[in-house]
Amino acid sequence: MPGPGASDAQSDPGARDPVLEVEGISVSLGGREVLGEVSFYLLPGQLTGLIGPNGAGKTTLMRVILGLQAPTAGRVTLAGRPHSSGRRPAGYVPQKVVLDPDMPMRARDLVALGIDGHRFGIPLPSRSRRQAVEEMLEAVDALHLADQRVGRLSGGEQQRVLIAHALVSRPSIILLDEPLASLDLRSEQEVVSLLARIAERQKIAVLISAHEMNPLLPVMDRIVYVAGGRAASGTTEEVVTTEVLSSLYGQHVDVLHVHDRIVVVAGADPGREPRSGA
Amino acid sequence: MFSGFMMNTWIVASIVALVAGVVGFFTVLRGSAFVAHAVPQGAFAGAAAASLLGMNTLLGLGVFALAAGLGIGVLGRSGRHDVVTALALVVMLGLGALFLSRSVEYAPEIYSLLFGEVLGVSRSQVAPTSVLALVCIAGVLLVYRPLMTVSVVPEIAEARGLSVYRMEMLFLVLVALATSMTVPVVGALLMFSLMIGPAAAARSLTDRPLVAMTLSVVLALLTVWLAIAASYLSNWPVGFFVGALGALSYGMARGWLFLRKPLTRSGAITPGGALGT
Amino acid sequence: MGQMSTLVFAPGFFHSGAVGVAVAVGGAVAVVSACVGVFTVIRGQSFAGHALSDVATTGGSGAFVLGVSPLTGYVVLGLAAAAAMDLVGIQRARGRDVATGIVLGAGLGLSALFLYFDTTMRATTGATMTILFGSMFAISSSTIPLIAVLAAVALGVTALVYRPLMLSSLDQEIARAAGVPVRLVGVLYLLGLAIAVALSAVTIGAILSTALLVGPAATALRISRRPATALALASLIGVGSVWLGIVLAYDSFYWPPRGHGWPVSFFVVTLVFVFYLFTEARVLHRLARSRAALARLAARFAVHRQARIQAGG
Repeated sequence: MPGPGASDAQSDPGARDPVLEVEGISVSLGGREVLGEVSFYLLPGQLTGLIGPNGAGKTTLMRVILGLQAPTAGRVTLAGRPHSSGRRPAGYVPQKVVLDPDMPMRARDLVALGIDGHRFGIPLPSRSRRQAVEEMLEAVDALHLADQRVGRLSGGEQQRVLIAHALVSRPSIILLDEPLASLDLRSEQEVVSLLARIAERQKIAVLISAHEMNPLLPVMDRIVYVAGGRAASGTTEEVVTTEVLSSLYGQHVDVLHVHDRIVVVAGADPGREPRSGA
Repeated sequence: MFSGFMMNTWIVASIVALVAGVVGFFTVLRGSAFVAHAVPQGAFAGAAAASLLGMNTLLGLGVFALAAGLGIGVLGRSGRHDVVTALALVVMLGLGALFLSRSVEYAPEIYSLLFGEVLGVSRSQVAPTSVLALVCIAGVLLVYRPLMTVSVVPEIAEARGLSVYRMEMLFLVLVALATSMTVPVVGALLMFSLMIGPAAAARSLTDRPLVAMTLSVVLALLTVWLAIAASYLSNWPVGFFVGALGALSYGMARGWLFLRKPLTRSGAITPGGALGT
Repeated sequence: MGQMSTLVFAPGFFHSGAVGVAVAVGGAVAVVSACVGVFTVIRGQSFAGHALSDVATTGGSGAFVLGVSPLTGYVVLGLAAAAAMDLVGIQRARGRDVATGIVLGAGLGLSALFLYFDTTMRATTGATMTILFGSMFAISSSTIPLIAVLAAVALGVTALVYRPLMLSSLDQEIARAAGVPVRLVGVLYLLGLAIAVALSAVTIGAILSTALLVGPAATALRISRRPATALALASLIGVGSVWLGIVLAYDSFYWPPRGHGWPVSFFVVTLVFVFYLFTEARVLHRLARSRAALARLAARFAVHRQARIQAGG
């Protein structure tokens, strides 16, 4: 199956312009360099996986893209323009969102805050906003949850509502920090295919961070692999190889292909390197 | 009960309830009950200072309420929020103790500042209370959406360019404003009950944020009216009735939620039935 | 030397019975509050601690109505409020500040009523001030045995549950998995808390007792990360604040205008807060130092790179 980005490129060559470029980003936290010289770009309609072990700096990288963390070097260009503190065209779904079950707020209220939650004044009833909210809830298969208290939904349901919240302002990019952590296998597959569908239909760039790449393999157009404070980007075939990952980790690692899954193992004997044609 | 001087009481108390309901809604939403308790008590020290210096009580209340609110906000950046709130509170009260010990006529005055003297509202209090209430409610309505976003999903709000810290400071200023107008009427200790009880009850009764805010105002009004009537008839302090009614309405709302819960549960289309505990 | 000591300790300080009682009781209470307070701060229950002390006011004012000793009122109502808080679920993190607030609001309403009865029926005008702000110099020596017993009980309970309490304060799930009866430990801790609050209500007043509970513990926990050290440090800061407060309050009788002392509670609370601010300054200082070090490092790095570029070019 060709990636959704590839088919877009054929019908509309203009869509190939990156919506986000990260150039030579370095970040130091507390005197320690967390990320060094990280560069990659995101294309509209494509789903990119930001993969790396826990603590590799995935969240930090997302915070830099969102403008919440100042890099010590490098720059982020959004839609061809340098990063500004004004309106940010990126939707964001953080890793841990705690929603109080006692909070009087329905799923539709939370999504509506995604449209105009930064504006002053109380929300007046508006048909267009109601419509936008319901369309977006429909798009994430959560229309039936619209009138339920958001704090009482299950983790997977809350995840979908938060994705609708992030998408409803029609951003050109959406960043999801570990959306698959703490989901069961079925919800995991649902969320992954949902995100691939959204990338394709809404022509937006989707960046998903995960410490496990396998659930994303069927839908991922490109991968940014972060390890040892550095990153490599490209297609999965280009990046997830013994050579590239060994140089990122700074030690020998093996990339094993087991059925349709990829396993990265540290410290195996380089002589007995099984290579399967993926 | 509705004679000339009592009319002032009814008007001012209704305005107070309106503000307590609106600000209380956000207080409960944000889980800031402790702050809502600390700021009025801190403001009490300001009233003591004002009476010592022979100034307007309202001015003393306002200055100290602001100082308490902003102090909590600033120190809360580096320290634990609840710890900082507790410390700001006791420092203000310590100052209050000092001012009271210097002042000559304290006993009845301190009692009414702490527990309210709703039956003694004068005509001159009506105008300043109304103005402060207008400012306070306009302020809340103006920042309703950003404050809501910051309270519900702070991480996302930051990513959208809203400053959580600045909104927090703004909220504390609103609490301080609400406090300085309500303390002379219901008293420092019970202003808190009026902000928490109705708002906490309201959120058990509805799922909609704006309806919850409206309900919280309605319940606050009912609480105050019933409390004044009861206080007038029994001659017992109004604060007792405000506290008791606050707890009562909260208990009844929890009971209602408990009875209603099985309905929403069976009506919910939740695959796997995984509801939050 | 003699002159020096009269400068610090006003005449008669060491011969006053009231001062002796205040020093002994204040010191003991400070230690109990500090030890229990360390757990209060770790568990994030400062509000509950404060609410207990405010509800203790209800007990104090009720005791005046009934004509029994305020300490009895503090302890009885404190324990009742602790039980009520456990029932409405303050052990859970979620929604507990509202639950605490409701108990607190109801308690305050009751104390308004009791104080009203105090003033109307028994004409004890000083009751309000004594209950709210304490009167360390007016502790009668006959209550000392009771205070000593209560202090011993509170410290004993804390020592008994020290390890399981520490574990369940850090993470309830881990504690439960390790076989700790989390609920029971929580209730025992609330018992200790109620007693500590009642004791400090007698010394510096019900609504100020939070200062002794939270202040020294929070300060100690910012300086030391080791629980045992924090306990010792908190006790030290608590006792220091109380004793220094007593000295200053006693001296203040001789400050202008003469013959009108400043309240002890004011000094104690202010000292506690000043100690806390010291740690704030320390944290800020450390932050500034690390920033400066970073800037120096960056500057050195820039110079180094400049030199390399020049050498290369």
